Amino acid sequence: MSIGSSVSGNELTVQIEGRFDFSAHQEFRDAYEKADPSIGKYVIDMGRATYLDSSALGMLLLLRDHAGGDNANVRITKCNQDVRKILTISNFEQLFTID
Amino acid sequence: MDVAPLKILIADDNQSDRMILAAIVKKMGHETCAAGDGLEAIEQFKQHSPDIILLDVMMPNMDGQEAAVEIKKLAGEDMVPIIFLTSLQDASDLAACLDSGGDDFLSKPYSPVILQAKINAFSRMRRMNNTLQHQRNLIRENNEHMVHEQEVARAVYDNVAHSGCLNLPNLRHLLSPFSVFNGDVLLAARKPSGSLHLLLGDFTGHGLPAAIGAMPLAEIFYGMTAKGFAMAEILREINIKLKNILPVGYFCCACMVTLSFERKQIEVWMGGLPEYYLYRQDTKAIEKVVSTHLPLGVLSRDAFDATTEKFALNNGDKLYMWSDGIIEARNDEGDLFGEERLLDIFTKNTKPDELFDEIVSIVNDFSGESGKDDDTTVLEVTMVDEDEVGKVDIDLSSGAVTGPTDWCMTYTLRCDTLKTFNPLPVMLSILNDVPALRILSGQLYTLMAELFSNAFEHGVLGLSSGMKNSADGFAEYYKQRTIAMSEMIDGYVSFQFDLKPLENGGGQLLITVEDSGEGFDYKAREDKQFQAGGYSGRGIPLIRTISDSIEYHGKGNIVKVALSWEGLGAD
Repeated sequence: MSIGSSVSGNELTVQIEGRFDFSAHQEFRDAYEKADPSIGKYVIDMGRATYLDSSALGMLLLLRDHAGGDNANVRITKCNQDVRKILTISNFEQLFTID
Repeated sequence: MDVAPLKILIADDNQSDRMILAAIVKKMGHETCAAGDGLEAIEQFKQHSPDIILLDVMMPNMDGQEAAVEIKKLAGEDMVPIIFLTSLQDASDLAACLDSGGDDFLSKPYSPVILQAKINAFSRMRRMNNTLQHQRNLIRENNEHMVHEQEVARAVYDNVAHSGCLNLPNLRHLLSPFSVFNGDVLLAARKPSGSLHLLLGDFTGHGLPAAIGAMPLAEIFYGMTAKGFAMAEILREINIKLKNILPVGYFCCACMVTLSFERKQIEVWMGGLPEYYLYRQDTKAIEKVVSTHLPLGVLSRDAFDATTEKFALNNGDKLYMWSDGIIEARNDEGDLFGEERLLDIFTKNTKPDELFDEIVSIVNDFSGESGKDDDTTVLEVTMVDEDEVGKVDIDLSSGAVTGPTDWCMTYTLRCDTLKTFNPLPVMLSILNDVPALRILSGQLYTLMAELFSNAFEHGVLGLSSGMKNSADGFAEYYKQRTIAMSEMIDGYVSFQFDLKPLENGGGQLLITVEDSGEGFDYKAREDKQFQAGGYSGRGIPLIRTISDSIEYHGKGNIVKVALSWEGLGAD
């Protein structure tokens, strides 16, 4: 598991690699909490994520909260089938833009 | 480095050697005690508990190596460094000294510089060892304390989280705890009407956070179910409670089911859980029930959606509910059990009664020794007739002894209230203050529920009861109900309760329900004695069996039902 991040304009992209679970907790939080306060858009790049568990779903909710709750602009991209399935079961498309 | 004064045992059969060594050691600031042979050395060790032992190899009575073995045994976990004193030069002899439990050796003649360095080094090791032991003991104590606390809390938790009427003959369940606290919650309770409420929940994570959330969840579930609240109201209450108390990122994937034995129907709300299977006994087919909602504790009060799905079930049809642990169970190779294997069990099954056992044993065989990654909870619910599960126990222990005996009230619900509010719990709570009615609580609930849905659905909303004759029509009926409700702009349902004591010590309750609807041709129906089969028929035959009489008035929009009872007797 590793977390990377990059900023372009006011958009922060967080890349997830490997299993996204509780062990990523601190790194994932650091990625958005330490970013520039002017960030308004968030992209979670799941291109290299293999799996996520319920604590990862919790972390996504934390990010959503940080990004403004119901007004948050958070996009989850490049999900593989397994990741997509977990997000769908949890009905997270009601809270995030998933593409 | 300065070394705190140590107690050092010097064991040597040669008195002059012993004295020379003692002089050197004392000069370094340490205390000494002395022994002339192995037996004495053991004796001295028992008496003085020295920190370090300087032990001659060759001594009469018992030699150094034997003494070393004995002393190490006595010292147990404490580190007591033994330095052998020897004039031996042969490598294998020196190695034998260390093999017998010695930590080091010092060759004669003694070099005070080397001796001091060795004493200092062993003193450091001893201190390190003591620190380690102390910390280990502390951790062990804390851990024992924590495990004990968790066991007590676990007992409380189990009483709360896995309780209710899970032992009903139409339910079978499996709970396998992954940690002391299982993140899974399984609740079952009967409504006053006799229907069954079930809730399977899977909290994020394990242990304490999961356990803490389970408490209010169970409390609300049991409390509101006993008072006759409907599923949507209970879910709304649980959702907002969890949203308020759990930190962001913690939530509860859940499925709640209402099973009506009478209507042969289940109503399902599902958020964040894998597909459930509805097994049809006659066709052996599987219908999948999917989550359409977010887990409990995520959305705010306004955003929460308590929409449910209804399914008509025949006796013998079974609903299978589980936490994601079953699909995510891993075998020794790390493969997931997965949905295909689960579906396979159902397709290969030949005896429906053994499905549950098959699921449990196949999943257990699969995960084998490697155990499970997640909590696994499985529940099998079978549709049966109410006789098979028995009547609901009514709690007579609370409330006033005599209660109100002579009163009248009118309760009118207008449009907006009808759309959003279930008046049954409020009305039943008032009626339940009458002890005699508390005994009839189940029947009374059924009666009120039928009267209310007749007045609201067939009266105010104008839906036809004939639609509910088939399973398809049944679904269509609820679709139209939703549409009609959103389009409703006015209308009312009015209840009047008139309670009077009777001379025999009992009493009579007269319920009058009036709605704003068009009514119906009750005269024609009365001739047929309101005979109706299947799912529909305004529940009139049912009301008849419960009450003394039922009469329609006006254009069919007013119904009067009488219910009487005899005195409760001396007890």
